[in-house]
Formats: sequence, structure tokens, C-alpha cells
Amino acid sequence: MSTTRSIAEITKILEEVTDPEVPVLTIADLGILRSVEEKDGLLEITITPTFTGCPAMRVIEEDINQVLNSKGITNFKVRTVIAPAWTTDWMTEEGKRKLREYGIAPPSMSTEEHLKSLLSGKRKPTVCPFCGSNQTHLTSAFGSTACKALHYCDACQQPFEEFKCH
Amino acid sequence: MDRNTALFEYCVRLGDTSLILGQRLSEWCGHGPILEEDIAISNIALDYIGQSRIIYSYAGQIEGKGRSEDDLAYLRDARQFRNLLITEQPNGDFACTMARQYLMSVYLFHLYSSLTSSSDESIRAFAQKSIKEVAYHLRHSADWMLRLGDGTEESHQRLQDAVNKLWYFVDDLFDADEVDADLLSVGIAADMTKIRASWEQDVKALFAEATIQIPSVNNFTRVGSRKGNHTEHLGYILAEMQFLPRAYPGAKW
Repeated sequence: MSTTRSIAEITKILEEVTDPEVPVLTIADLGILRSVEEKDGLLEITITPTFTGCPAMRVIEEDINQVLNSKGITNFKVRTVIAPAWTTDWMTEEGKRKLREYGIAPPSMSTEEHLKSLLSGKRKPTVCPFCGSNQTHLTSAFGSTACKALHYCDACQQPFEEFKCH
Repeated sequence: MDRNTALFEYCVRLGDTSLILGQRLSEWCGHGPILEEDIAISNIALDYIGQSRIIYSYAGQIEGKGRSEDDLAYLRDARQFRNLLITEQPNGDFACTMARQYLMSVYLFHLYSSLTSSSDESIRAFAQKSIKEVAYHLRHSADWMLRLGDGTEESHQRLQDAVNKLWYFVDDLFDADEVDADLLSVGIAADMTKIRASWEQDVKALFAEATIQIPSVNNFTRVGSRKGNHTEHLGYILAEMQFLPRAYPGAKW
């Protein structure tokens, strides 16, 4: 490797890269950054998309290139994998806390519970990130980005977004 | 046909169906009946286009001639496309788009469920990733089927008219051929007889709830997507979708 930095140090640098659509979260919080490994002298960084069509993936790859280049690290490649399929179960607790403080409800169910609720059409209300009430309703399962849904809080009368369970 | 050619063909069919449906749906962007639906349909279109990219990339690898996902999407003509005929039909009104969304979502849900246990690692990964998105599409369109079908007199009639029109293309969904048979024998492909049974069961149950009648059009149905025999509508979609890379070869954006 052209650098003397350890894998741990490089991972730390990459953990600072944020999601362009939800800048309060890092790619590590989201579980997009899967691994950093050295293979035959080449650094291999593996990332995975949240949704298949997520337009942020290319930006994230460019951001990774930029941050590593700025630290003088050039001997690497970024690999995108789709398996295992990304799930909101991978989102860190720290990530969920940051989302809530930012005004976006974090995913409230495990992937398994979520799939059951989708297929049955029965869902628990999402807790409002502003006032903490569960007197809320879903306005649309599709929002401003592929990974968010739209809700309305009947208690504080604020519309809010939820990071979709996936 | 050797195994590799069959696998390439199978992947192109999956990719073309996703891409053309995504391209069709994207026509709604900026024209949705309400803002939330405009956003929902555009999101769904994006999911389909994302799914087609994954499977096209794999198809290109299988073929081994260096064709990229863009080459497959932009540099083939109508007769080389293998998308299901229903996906290229005009959007019609909102009821017609939702009826097609529902029929396709049930179809893709069962197809991808089956492919999550495909013996081909890449197809399995594609299905495991895509089915999570399709589950959302299914919930969305099923809700609209109930609202429109069991709604006002006009919404009911519009939805029934849409279903009657789309029903001519139902046989095409399940028109398995030698590609399916060959890949099914090694556990790669889905068994379309089973998919049809699951599809019919779900559709019948929902139609009953939505007070929609199953049309009887058995004497005249269209098939042919797997051989590239399309309806007149596909050429117009490709003309629009492929214009830029055809007019400016090698353009990057």
C-alpha cells in the first residue's frame, strides 16, 4: 500500500463521510459502508445501496474518493455490492438518535415486523420526532427520497418524515 | 440454446420489464393527481430503473462481450427488447396506471420471492434486494385498488374499464418458453405455473374486496414479449428514451 496508515485509521476517515441526502448521518451510521480491507496491496472499500435506484450512491463514491485523495491515499478501489441486501436493522443506535434530533423519525420496526405490516396493511403509528406523540398518521409511504415516508402528527400538527423501515 | 445464452436472455427479460415499466411510470412525474402520488409514482419508477441496472450489469457479464448496462438499455431496438407487453401500454388515467401497478406488483412479488432461492447467486441477490422495494409497491397499489374499486361510481367504473383493457396482456406474464424450462431444470428460474397460481389467488381475493370483476377475454389475448413481438407502443418509448445516446454517441452525463 502506498500509505502507512492502518486499516483502522482509514476506516475512521471513511466513517466521517456523510450521506448527501441526510447529512446528519454518516455512511457508517447507515450501514452503507460494509468493509475496508486490504487485498494484494490494494485497499478495497465495499459499500452497498439503500434502495437500488438511490442516486446518492455515486455521490458517496465520489466523496470517498475525495476524502481519501485529500489524505494522500490513492491506492484503493470502491466496490458496490447488493448482497446481503441492505436493511434498516443495520442502522446504529447513534444514527437513530441523530435522525430523531434532526427531525426525521428513525425506522421503528425490524425488517421482519415491517414486512408483515406491509403485507397485512396494518401498521402501528410512527412516533412524532418533534413532540413524541403517537397520534400520527401516514400520508404517503413515498417521500422526498427513496428512503423516506411522509407522516402527519395530529398532536402537534406538524408534517414529518420517517426513515422507512426496509 | 446453451445455458449461458439462456441465462443472458432470462436476465434481459427481467431487466427490460423493470426498465420499460420504470420509463412509463416516469411520465407521471409532474402530472400526478396529487403531490403525494406524483412523488410516489416517481419513487416507484426510480426503484424499477435501479433494479434494471443491477440485472443488466449481470447480463452484460454473462454475455461477455463487454456490453454495459447503458449499452443494453440504449442501443437495442424494439425487436430485441423482452419486456412484458403490459409494461409498454400507455399509462391511461390514474386508475389504469394503478391497475397495471397492482397486477405487476403481485406478479413481481411472487416472481422475486421465488428467485430469492434461485441457484444462481447473482439472481438470488438481485431478487433479495428488489423484493423489499416491490413489497412497498404492492401495498401502495393494493390500497388504491380498494379505494378506487370500492369508491365512487365513477372511480369504480374507471378501474373496471382499466382492468378489462389490461386483461388482454395477462397470459403474456406467464408465457414460459424453453429459456424458462432450461433454467428451471437447474433451479435458476422461477416456475411460472406456480407463480400464476399464486398470482391468481391474490388477485381474485383483492378484486372481490375491491368489487372488481375478473374479465373474461380468453378468446383473444396477446403474448409474444419473450420473442420480442411487441405492441405498437414500445417503439415510441424507445424513441424518447434512447434519443440522447443515439444522437450523441458516447455522450456521458
